[in-house]
Amino acid sequence: MLSPETLAQGQHVMTVCNACRYCEAYCPVFQAMENRTSFAKGDILYLANLCHNCGECLYACQYAPPHEFGINVPRVLAEARLGSYEEYCWPAFMSGMFRRSGVGSSIALAVVSMLVLRLIARPATAAGDFYAVIPHDVMVGIFGSVGLFLVVALAIGFRRATRSFGPIAASGFSRTAVRDVLTLRHLHSSGPDCTSDVEVRTPWRRYFHHCTFYGFALCFASTTVAAVYHVVFGWRAPYAYASAPVLLGTAGGLGLLIGPLGLLALRRRRDPALSDPAHAGLDVSFIVMLLMTSVTGLLLLALRDGRTMPLLLVVHLGFVLSLFLMLPYGKFVHGIYRAAALLKFSSEANR
Amino acid sequence: MIAPPVDVAVLGGGNAGLCAALAARQRGATVVVLEGAPKEFRGGNSRHTRNLRSMHDAPTDLLVDAYTEDEFVTDLMRVTGGHTDEALARRVVRESASCPAWIRSFGARLQPPLKGTLHLDRTNVFFLGGGKALMNSYYGAAERMGIAVHYNAQVTALDVADGGIRSISIRQHDRVSRISPKTVVLAAGGFESNLEWLKEIWGDAANNFIIRGTPYNTGAVLRLMLDAGAQPAGDASQFHAVAIDARAPKFDGGIVTRLDCVSLGIVVNRHGDRFYDEGEDFWPKRYAIWGRLVAQQPDQIAYSIIDAKSAGLFMPSVFPPKAAPTIAGLARQLELSPEALERTVAAFNHAVQPGSFDHGVLDDCRTAGLVPEKTHWARPIDTPPFWGYPLRPGITFTYLGLKVDERARVLMRNGEPSTNIYAAGEIMAGNILGQGYVAGVGMTIGTVFGRIAGAEAGARAVA
Repeated sequence: MLSPETLAQGQHVMTVCNACRYCEAYCPVFQAMENRTSFAKGDILYLANLCHNCGECLYACQYAPPHEFGINVPRVLAEARLGSYEEYCWPAFMSGMFRRSGVGSSIALAVVSMLVLRLIARPATAAGDFYAVIPHDVMVGIFGSVGLFLVVALAIGFRRATRSFGPIAASGFSRTAVRDVLTLRHLHSSGPDCTSDVEVRTPWRRYFHHCTFYGFALCFASTTVAAVYHVVFGWRAPYAYASAPVLLGTAGGLGLLIGPLGLLALRRRRDPALSDPAHAGLDVSFIVMLLMTSVTGLLLLALRDGRTMPLLLVVHLGFVLSLFLMLPYGKFVHGIYRAAALLKFSSEANR
Repeated sequence: MIAPPVDVAVLGGGNAGLCAALAARQRGATVVVLEGAPKEFRGGNSRHTRNLRSMHDAPTDLLVDAYTEDEFVTDLMRVTGGHTDEALARRVVRESASCPAWIRSFGARLQPPLKGTLHLDRTNVFFLGGGKALMNSYYGAAERMGIAVHYNAQVTALDVADGGIRSISIRQHDRVSRISPKTVVLAAGGFESNLEWLKEIWGDAANNFIIRGTPYNTGAVLRLMLDAGAQPAGDASQFHAVAIDARAPKFDGGIVTRLDCVSLGIVVNRHGDRFYDEGEDFWPKRYAIWGRLVAQQPDQIAYSIIDAKSAGLFMPSVFPPKAAPTIAGLARQLELSPEALERTVAAFNHAVQPGSFDHGVLDDCRTAGLVPEKTHWARPIDTPPFWGYPLRPGITFTYLGLKVDERARVLMRNGEPSTNIYAAGEIMAGNILGQGYVAGVGMTIGTVFGRIAGAEAGARAVA
């Protein structure tokens, strides 16, 4: 939950910023701030989810630590953002996960998932036939119910976020807002690139995020196309290497390989002053789980005709299942709440 | 620690100093910058600035219409009351045209005016993120170009003989060293953060002054040069001051400690009495006289009093106002005499004439029969909650500096220019800005004379 200390610090920072306004042209955080004269909890959580944590405003700030005002917008908004994940989490008793998750617990959940799947799995009979190992209906049953749960949990989170941010006018659902969500426009920090340290601006954080996001989307598209093949046309897996599901999945898998590896590398080089250490487990575990999903998925594709296929399938699906189960309680939710914040921002800008 | 030999030493790491260092380096000289502040607070008062005044004959990508040389010079003449060296002023104005391109050439970014500063959209370019962002870009460029920067480097002595620098003594932490550069650029600012020096002029009242900018502008280099026989420029007893929130930090409070509510209400001193027309003119045209007005009041303190009608009509303040449902209650919170404040407010309210309030124009809301009158935006203070802000004089900069010629050479008392000492920025701004101020001109003077001083010092050092 958002601690009273973080809320108070967020209000202090925004009060100083609102009297200064030098950063106005950097990003929507400051433009949204200027529409307000006081900052309630919902305002701070809204601003927190508009912030990309780039750092321009910290380096430009005449009041940054060690100044006695101690203004560090990226840091305090990162702390508030983590609080917002907990505030909007459904079911609420799971909110404790955000500060507890780490690579170890994520891998442990993946291993448990694998063990469960291993109980269901049957020895393979035909090369490349995943459904021979785990029957199609079982797979649909497991992932369908997990998917349904995800939709409900994330939709409730989205609704809680938009309620807390305050009313979003219909004009918020604009092409601009959708474009901003899909292009990470504000990660360009009013220039071509994103900041990672004083006078260090490179496009890599945006590129790697795009690889990750669109890699994820392509994998999802691959699964959807495969489902249509199966249900509508009755075409059964395995699909040829040149088929749409395999091409989409391969491209997505490569995106999910390059993106997370790049993001992990960039994390190590980022100025620690920008970050909230409480995010570390959250960030790294999500990236690692995405990476493990793509690595095992690509391995499975490459070795699908071999004897190790049943084992690889169980390992891959174990990672996928645990990744999905934890989506509403991990870093993934940042996309949901940022989208909500950008819709809100668009509705304010169009006012 | 400072590797000798060096061609050019730049004393001071603000805008003028960095412009000088970059210009000298572009001439091929080896350059060292000695910045008195630690790295976190580098950049002098430039870190608190946000724009630069720039002439242009046609619209640019950032500035609308035209702002001609003559108009810029006229603006300077008006605010300085003619206390300016017109030749130097014209040079600053002419070369201000190329400042935006110069700034961008080092990777710094500019933007059109901020919201609320649209009245400057014809005259001033804004630094994206403000002056500290600009300084970061300059420091980044300096590093890439091989300019050595030393922080916490205090100049303790200047050995000047026959109008030329021979050596500079420096203390960095506890270590003392001496360098003998071929030329030196003095860009160490004024003396506004030297309370002892201010007390020499203003007596104990200076204890109640707040310094809006860096605590590192102690005037040490200025005093060393005056003692070494340099000619002064600018009025030694004057400073630029505005009325700021009395709760501001002693130093470095910068822009956020300003209060924009003075013209909306009344201002009283510690006796609860008004002392000046709060509605004389638009606030941006008047805020600079209020520092002095408050400085002349008992204990150098005053209180801006407004009522609920004025809430939301001015820039949000960084410190919350004292608030009370009654005038007497507000007086007690401000530690003023409730009777006195009630009397003053009652007299003011009684004197307010009917009118239609419009804060965007010089409206017809005025008082009649008061001393002093309030000539615009006078509305009865009668709607609770009542708000009060304590005010103190906030000093921006001092005017005393060193006399220079058009090549930025420091003029000695015998009238001869120094052979190798140049000055740029606030330490010589008094040549051009003998009094008054016009937004963004300090950065223009610093940039133009920084470039001149650096180019001259660099060229001479490598000649």
